[in-house]
Amino acid sequence: MVGVYGNDFTAPDETAPRPATGDEPETFRALLEGEGRVEPRDDLPDAYRRTLVRQIAQHAHSEIIGMQPEGNWISRAPSLRRKAILMAKVQDEAGHGLYLYAAAETLGVDRADLLDQLHSGRQKYSSIFNYPTLTWADVGAIGWLVDGAAIVNQVPLCRCSYGPYARAMIRVCKEESFHQRQGFEILHTLSHGTPAQKAMAQDAVDRYWWPSLMMFGPPDDDSPNSAQSMAWGIKRFSNDDLRQRFVDMTVPQAEALGLTLPDPEIRWNDERGHYDFGEVDFTELFEVIKGNGPCNAERMAHRVRAHEDGAWVREAANAYADKQAARAGADVA
Amino acid sequence: MRDWPLWEVFVRSRRGLSHVHVGSLHAPDAEMALRNARDLYTRRQEGVSLWVVPAAEIVASSPDEADAFFDPAADKIYRHPTFYDVPEGVEHL
Amino acid sequence: MTDSHAGYVLGLADDALISAQRMGWWISRAPQLEEDVALANIGLDQLGQARTLLAHAGALEGDGRSEDDLAYLRDERDFRNVKLVERPQTDFAVTMARLLVFATWQAELYAALAGSTDATLAGVAGKAVKEVAYHVDHARQWVLRLGDGTDESHRRMQAAVDAEWPFVEELFRPVDPALVAAGVAADPTVLRAAVLRRVGQVLDEATLSVPDVAPAVAGGRDGLHTEHLGFLLAEMQHLTRSHPEASW
Repeated sequence: MVGVYGNDFTAPDETAPRPATGDEPETFRALLEGEGRVEPRDDLPDAYRRTLVRQIAQHAHSEIIGMQPEGNWISRAPSLRRKAILMAKVQDEAGHGLYLYAAAETLGVDRADLLDQLHSGRQKYSSIFNYPTLTWADVGAIGWLVDGAAIVNQVPLCRCSYGPYARAMIRVCKEESFHQRQGFEILHTLSHGTPAQKAMAQDAVDRYWWPSLMMFGPPDDDSPNSAQSMAWGIKRFSNDDLRQRFVDMTVPQAEALGLTLPDPEIRWNDERGHYDFGEVDFTELFEVIKGNGPCNAERMAHRVRAHEDGAWVREAANAYADKQAARAGADVA
Repeated sequence: MRDWPLWEVFVRSRRGLSHVHVGSLHAPDAEMALRNARDLYTRRQEGVSLWVVPAAEIVASSPDEADAFFDPAADKIYRHPTFYDVPEGVEHL
Repeated sequence: MTDSHAGYVLGLADDALISAQRMGWWISRAPQLEEDVALANIGLDQLGQARTLLAHAGALEGDGRSEDDLAYLRDERDFRNVKLVERPQTDFAVTMARLLVFATWQAELYAALAGSTDATLAGVAGKAVKEVAYHVDHARQWVLRLGDGTDESHRRMQAAVDAEWPFVEELFRPVDPALVAAGVAADPTVLRAAVLRRVGQVLDEATLSVPDVAPAVAGGRDGLHTEHLGFLLAEMQHLTRSHPEASW
């Protein structure tokens, strides 16, 4: 299972592709050792290619499934300014999905096949999007916490060894920066608003805090694929390091918001130079990954329905292109 | 059903600069490819002009040939102005 | 004339707002990801037009109502949009048929209003005219592809045009002659000829026929809507109305 946008991890009873070691082409080794970028037409080890396809596809799937929880609130956004921002944000997620599918396609797979694998459940998307957006404040919490966690994961991917993925991530990160800010702004407005608004904001943060920490994946001791991904320059930092970075970044922001994080163990540790925080209970995450989350079925049904309902449109466009090509051919002849 | 073909997108960010490759997209034909490129790659004012090219039409050099293609240029240092000694005091050269 | 002036601007604002609200539904539901992005762009343009027009209508009214007051705190009977834009559009062919008509009408309208004696309205129209030119083009591209694509797409596209057509005539209902005479508003009868000609050309090129149907009873500009508008507003307004003291 992919952590939103990057970390590749699975439930303990799921199998991930196991990389073969030892038979990597000389040119590939040399590129990685020199911190050079690997490009599509290079001689790539099959395991590297498969790992990347899997990770980039799951990342892309996460972006487009991620349109749904926030898309839910486009029709109900409480001001026209918020409506415009939210439409632009959900649109960006479609765009990010597109950039990423394009990066995956440089590895010799077709987007249509990747979508089929999503629709048939053979490839996954980030579990965070299987949580419901119950109130308007959830839109703020997703922007602040979920996109915040995503950015922590994504920034190192801009230096990923695979050129097309790194370039897609640079574009994504540039666009993503407004996402987190708008989420923070929503929560800031709510937490300084009426008592009902403040309660709404606190409730959203209470519900999204732990799932956001889970986005970084299982603890390092329990993350079997991480070492290989790091050796390949796909992953730059360990799950726990990134999680710590996110906590350190977020705790002061929560204070600025006037909201509390639902973890009594959060406190500054002078010795470590970091915030301590409670242990993440991954039992729930693995249940969500297995399909037992609050919205798994709805998210997939929504996505599959859009795809199937659009089939006649895609087919018509092909038919029209064929007719136009035939007409152009007839004109020439 | 066949998927829409893949197109490569090139954007001129402002007048005076070349078109630069920015990514790709799917579209049923050239007209739609251009429009999709506008919607996807220039929604933050990234461009003033667009090219779209069917990905299948691009001919690329192969990394296997890279040595034969590009290494022979490496020792022709006389092509660069820094190769030449200029006597002190000579200007505008 | 101030009342009818404000009412005129409010009608145009409501057209854009309700249209944007319907367009937002498509984001995450389009036939292809590229189209999700395209429809979101169109919806955002419409929403932008709605916001400036609502603000202007509020200013003309002079009661201090903001864009959000007008969008969120009016009831069904106070909305002034045409019925064309308020009905659900969950079929892609319907969305494209409606966009073709609506955007072509807006293109002619805004081109005329760019010379309005109402300087604010002229400014909004001058900017929006470029946006809606792209919407017309987008709708045209799709109507061509669906009309002249497969048998199924032809059938569905024609059915969509047939379903929308009774609602076209309402766009051309007369407006207060004093507003036209004062150079504030565009004359709908002039717009009508140009819009029908342009839409007819696209339909013809798309191998579709112009339906021969009676116009639906108009009334949107007087606040007489279909039953669909109430549900749209209930969804759009409920959060804002649940927290009357709040700002967002």
